[in-house]
Parts: sequence; C-alpha cells; structure tokens
Amino acid sequence: MQLLTLMVVLLLLTAFGYRLGRSRALATASGNPRLLHSLPSYHGYYVALWCGLPALVLIAGWLALEPALLHWMVMSSLPVDLQGMADERLALIYNEVRNVARYGHTPSIPAVGEAAQHYNAVRHTMFISVALGALALAVAALAYAHRRIHADMRARNQVEATVKVFLVLASTMAIFTTVGIVMSLLFESLLFFRHVSLIEFLFGTQWSPQIAMRADQVGSSGAFGAVPLFAGTLLISGIAMAVAVPLGLLSAIYMSEYAAPKFRSVVKPLLEVLAGIPTVVYGFFAALTVAPFIRDVGSSLGLSVASESALAAGLVMGIMIIPFVSSLSDDVINAVPQSLREGAFGLGATKSETIRQVVIPAALPGIIGGVLLAASRAIGETMIVVMAAGLAANLTANPLEAVTTVTTQIVTLLVGDQEFDSPKTLAAFALGLVLFTVTLALNVVALHIVNKYREKYD
Amino acid sequence: MENVATAAASSQAVAKRLKKRYAAERRFKALGFGAIALALGFLGILLVTIFSNGSTALVQTNIRLDVTFDAETLGVSPVNPSADELLRANYGGVIKSALSKAFPDVSGGQRRQLYKLVSTGADLPLRDKLMANPGLLGTTVSVWMTAGADVDMAMKGHVSRKPGVEGNRLTDAQLGWLDELEKRDAVTKKFNTTLFTTGDSREPEQAGLWGAVVGSFFSLSVTLLVCFPLGVATSVYLEEFAPKNKWTHLIEVNINNLAAVPSVVFGLLGLAIFLNFFGMPRSAPLVGGLVLALISMPTIIIAGRAAMKAVPPSIREAALGLGASKLQMVTDHVLPLSMPGILTGTILGMAHALGETAPLLMIGMVAFIVDIPASPLDPSAVLPVQVYLWADSPERAFVERTSAAIMVLLFFLAMMNLAAIMLRKKFERRW
Repeated sequence: MQLLTLMVVLLLLTAFGYRLGRSRALATASGNPRLLHSLPSYHGYYVALWCGLPALVLIAGWLALEPALLHWMVMSSLPVDLQGMADERLALIYNEVRNVARYGHTPSIPAVGEAAQHYNAVRHTMFISVALGALALAVAALAYAHRRIHADMRARNQVEATVKVFLVLASTMAIFTTVGIVMSLLFESLLFFRHVSLIEFLFGTQWSPQIAMRADQVGSSGAFGAVPLFAGTLLISGIAMAVAVPLGLLSAIYMSEYAAPKFRSVVKPLLEVLAGIPTVVYGFFAALTVAPFIRDVGSSLGLSVASESALAAGLVMGIMIIPFVSSLSDDVINAVPQSLREGAFGLGATKSETIRQVVIPAALPGIIGGVLLAASRAIGETMIVVMAAGLAANLTANPLEAVTTVTTQIVTLLVGDQEFDSPKTLAAFALGLVLFTVTLALNVVALHIVNKYREKYD
Repeated sequence: MENVATAAASSQAVAKRLKKRYAAERRFKALGFGAIALALGFLGILLVTIFSNGSTALVQTNIRLDVTFDAETLGVSPVNPSADELLRANYGGVIKSALSKAFPDVSGGQRRQLYKLVSTGADLPLRDKLMANPGLLGTTVSVWMTAGADVDMAMKGHVSRKPGVEGNRLTDAQLGWLDELEKRDAVTKKFNTTLFTTGDSREPEQAGLWGAVVGSFFSLSVTLLVCFPLGVATSVYLEEFAPKNKWTHLIEVNINNLAAVPSVVFGLLGLAIFLNFFGMPRSAPLVGGLVLALISMPTIIIAGRAAMKAVPPSIREAALGLGASKLQMVTDHVLPLSMPGILTGTILGMAHALGETAPLLMIGMVAFIVDIPASPLDPSAVLPVQVYLWADSPERAFVERTSAAIMVLLFFLAMMNLAAIMLRKKFERRW
C-alpha cells in the first residue's frame, strides 16, 4: 500500500513534469511552436521521462535487493546462540520472523518476537529512506531536464531513442522467459541429481517418491525411477492421439473438401469451442462422467476397469485435441494447390479418390507436423490427468488400468507444504526438465516440417 | 459380333466398378460428416452434463421455522443488550429450540439428527436480523433458514428420498421430518445468493464463488497490466523496427516455442523464480497474474504482429512521406489501425489465462481460503482452481456446486470471446 502511494506520487510528479516541460518549451519559443525543433509535447515527454525513469529504476533496484538486505540485517541482529545454528534451522527461524512481522503470528520464542520487531523497524526505515531518495531524485532530475529545455533541443530524438530502448528491452522478455525456465529447471534438477543418479531416474522402473518422516534418515528417500511415468504419459497421450487424429483429420477433410461455406462457417467455430473450454472442465467431466461410464460398461462386459483408467483420461484428452488437429490439417489441406485436384478429376477420379490419393499425400508433411504439435500438447496436458488419472505408478500397457503421468506427478509432488530442498520436491523439477525438453524437441521438429511444407507450395 | 459382346461385358464391369466407387465416395463423405458429428456430440454431452448438474445449484433449499429470540437461550440481558452481547449471543441455541418446538415429540438422542436439517451457518443471518432490529428480542418471528446440504440434495432429487437407499445420507427419521415440514409448507427453494456472494467453505451450502471471482479479477488485471504493454512493444519492435538478423530470428523462434511450452512448466518457473528467488507471497493473485502474463505473452505478440502486418505499407509510406518520424508513424497510424486486431488477440489471450489452472497450483493457489481478497497480495483462489478444489471434495452437494462454478467460468469465457468477435466484426477492415 505504501508502495502504491509512492508510485502515485511519482506519477503525479511525472505528469507535472510533462506540463512544465511543455510550457517551458513554448515559453522559450515565445509562444510560437514553429520555432521549436520538436513539438512542445516532446519537450514535455522529455522532462517527464527524466523525472520518472531514474526514480523508477531506484525503486525497482530496492525491491530486488530488499529481501536480501532485510535477511542480512535481521540475521546479524539475532542473539549469538541462535546465530551458531545450522543453516536449515536458521532458515526456519527467519521464515518465522517474517511471518510474525508481516502477519502477526505469535512467536514461539521471545528472540523471534524481538527479531520481528527489528525486522519491521528496519523495513520501515529502509522504505522511508528509499521513498525520500526516489522523490529527491525525481525532483532533481526534473529540475535538470527543465533547465536544459530550449528551442533548438532535439527533444523528439531523445524521447524516441528512449522509447526504442524500451521496445528492445520488451522484446528480449521472451528470451529472458526461456532462460528463466531453463535455468530454474536445470538448477533444481542438478540439485536433484545429487541425490538420485541420472541413470536411475531415466531408466529405473520403480517410482515411489514418499520419503521417510525422520529427516536424519540418510538415503531413506523413495525410489525415483521415472520409466512408469513416461510409459503412463505415452499410454494416455497415445489413446488421446488415437481419438484425435482420425476424428480431427476426417472433420478437416470434410470441412475443406465437402462442406458448403455456410455449414463451415457454423461448424468451424463450434469445433473451436472444444479448444476454448478450460482443461479443468474436461478433467471434471472425465472424472465425473466418462470414467464411471467406462467402468460400468467394462464391468457389464466382465472386464475389471480401474475407476481412474487411462482410457477415460485419454479419451477426454483426445476430444480436447480434436480442434488442434482439425484446424492445423485444415490449413494444410487448403494450401494444396487446386491444380492437383483438377488434374485428378480430369483423369476421372472421384472426390474421395482425389482426396485419398492426391490431396492427403501432398499434404502429408504438414499433417504430420500438425500431429506432432498436437502430441506435444497431449504430453504437456496437466489438469485432465491430475483429475482423472491415478497416482499409482503402474508400468502397464493396459488402458483399463490406472497409470500416472509426468505432469500428474509434478503437480502432486509440489502441491502442499514441503521443504523445498527434499529430493521429493526437486524430482518435480527434474520431471519438468524432461517434459520441457521433449515438448520443445517435438515443437522444433513439427515447426520445421510445417515451414518446409509451406515453402513447397508458396 | 465378338467386339460388341466384349464391349457390353466391359461396360457392365465398368458400371459395376463405378457403382462400387460411388459407394466408397458416399462412405468417405459420411465418415467425414460422422467425425464432425461425433466431435460436436461430445461437446453437447459435456455441456449438457455440466448444465444439468449445475443448474440446480442456482437455488437453495430453505426451511421456515418459528424462531423465538429468547434472551435466556441467547445468553444476553433481557433489556437493552449491548451490541457486543448480541454479536456473541448463542443463535445456534435459538435455532435448536425452534427445531425442537417444531417437532416436540423428538427424544433427546434423535435431537442431534433433527438439528442437522438446518445448515450450521444459519445462525449468521439471525444475528444480522436481531442486530439490525434489537426490538425483536423476546418475540417470535417466522424465518426462512438455509437447509443442510444433505437436505438440499434430497429436495433437489440428486439423492434418493427413499429410506435405506445407497448414497442416501439422510436417516429415515430425518426424511420423515422433511416430509412433515413439506406438509406444513415450510420447505421451499430460493435463489442461492450465498453461491455468488461468499468465499469458500467446507460446508457445501455455505460455499460461494465470490472470493474466486475477485481473485480471478485481480490475477487477470495484473496479467493485463504486465503483458499488454510488453506484448505490444515487442510486436512493434519485431514488426516495424527490428533488423533482419540472427538476434531477431532468435527472438522469433523463442516466442514461437514459448507458445507451445506446457503451462505447468511456467508454474515451475513461477515457483522457482517468483516464490523462492524473489520471496513473493504464496497463493497471491500478484504472482498468479505474473505467471499468466508470461503464458499469454506469446499469444498477444503473435496476434499483434499479424494485426500490424495487415496494415498496408502505403499507409506507412504516406506517413513517412509527410515527414513523420518512424515512431510517429507507428504511434499515430500503424497502432491505431491495428488496435482492434491487437485487442482481439489480447482478449482471447486473457480468456485463455482465465481458464488456466495447472501453473497456479504450482504457486500455491490451492490453499483453502475463506476470506474475500482485498488486494492482489492477499492469498486467494481463482475460478478454475475453485473448480478443481470443489471437484476434489467428496460431498454430493459439491458436484452440483462444481458444475455451477464451471457454468460461471464458461459464462465469463463466453462473454470475453463474444467481445472479441464483436470487436473483430465491428472494426474489421479489408484494404
């Protein structure tokens, strides 16, 4: 809240700077804007940027440094007997101090209460000094920029240069996100592979991440062989693809080759609704309706079906993916040149013969690319499997049994309160790394195929 | 003569083959149509299931009881009790005595079952009523009270009212009382305001969506504030300024790949960077919004670039020819002309973010939170996570409420998509 007030004050100051810069520019040109190098508003923006940016950078820097600074200052003020404790204990104590200070929890020992008071005091002093510093900086920069304004100043060029810097910075956000993903996954996975060997993780067939309750039991961590998860993921996405590819491809063919434009304009958006429904809804549907239905059908046929069968999750996931397959194949089929079809018709082929023997083979690379994209989506899909697939890591190819997947395990390992550095939570990041690598590889290959195909007919 | 015979035979063979080929043609066409019908059929079943399950959650069973605000039962002083006394008074006791009075012949052991007819949260409205009008003290008024979840389910026909049927959570005695109340005209269904005004609860009849709606609103606001400016700036740079070199190519490849990264991986990023590295609060819409912003950024950038590509070069050349700087050309001409397209893409990206669940589970937005969040820093749920949480609850009444929550979620999604479509229709322009 305090921060919000500071930002509002800064914003008002910036707006004031704009007015000031504008009017001063007009004044130096004695009211005739034509004598100025840049439009008066650019002079205004120039002053406003000077006023706002340095202060903003200062505040951002403080926000980034505040936790570390606070940590250092509070921890060094702790009583000596507390300071000598192991790092993990200290981390717990600091956590408690923070909770006491911020949310008014009752401290377990008096020293924590004192530290919490110290925490709040330090935090308050730091905020006041930063706020005053930022405002002083803003005013000083405003005065500086204001003095520099004169009719010949190239205000527009300077403002545009600043904006361009912002544009470049914004566009690097994508890179930073990727780097952030890779770094966080790699870093935590490396910690994980200190506990569990890479070979065991990738090729082990036992998955039971439950860990003994006592923290001092070294090596009591469960088994982390991820093969059952990979198999389960493949099974469920395989079922999903078996549903989505034929249905999606056939509907795309019907839509692009047979359907009247009016039919198409109604049905295409309706199919796309399937892609717009949140996955949590599919998960609910799978768990509530589809899984019991399959179980009942199975038991009436004398089969034993798990109530969280892979079939139910895969089936519903397949429905969700239909629009991906169909819209991608639709694009690809439409890109096949008309002359190919007319050639086939001229030779006396029927429409379906043309489609099967000319259009589909010509579109095949693109369709394969689309299918790979859909497969990567199926592998990364989370909510449906979390809600409808099981937790038991069975290594089986029977779609009627319960299996678990990579994404399900990531969610189960991380939801709930855990110490962050136990192999159990770190395993989630290792699984995430595998997931990221596989989906990325699938995407790169798929995009490459699709682009190559596009070039062929362009 | 022979020639004619073979010609006839071959034409017969051709006709036969042609018939076969046409049959294959019809089969193929039917197959395509069947695929579409099947896909839409699934959609229909999905929606019908949700709506038929959820529509009953719009009403809530209420029971009318004659409540006596007895000072002794309440535990307040009989004349002019202070507001504090009224605040802490025993309204549950008042309800219990009203129930006992309605069924005087119920013995002590069965009373506990009797009390379960009325929701445990029914005392709060009574408190508000008495505090608003302290003159009611000592009088008897007829009040409609929220029924317990099991009674509600039985009244709505979700569980059987026949005694002794499996899944029936009401005892035979309770069903008897319910029948009796119905005979007295003391049971009715009223619009379920609780569902739309309160936060989460462990009791289905007291659980509401408002906390999740507010949480979603805060999250999406953060998402919009972060990813609209950054997304537009990126599209402007890539489309109008960027030189064609390796660096730009790298950015473009990156954006395309980010669009296909599973959302749960973004959740891992949020957990590792925002929560553990920067120490931001768990379960807060602020963090959720930031993660969602990273997820929807590629969508907005791709839509923005497409919209700017659609602006013809002649507009740019005209602006430059009249002496505008490149940035002026962008801000004064390209951006206003492509804004409908950018906004459409943004709304669709936001709609996607609204339905996103998995990454929010990673950053701890699955906590059980009763309070309505007051700022983006307060712990809060969001709509899809509320669906997930309720779907996990075993009570039959939560199935109904989960479906209702999904209906609300789908309603918001439909509104956003409709807005996008209308925007596109209104401002679509062919050059």
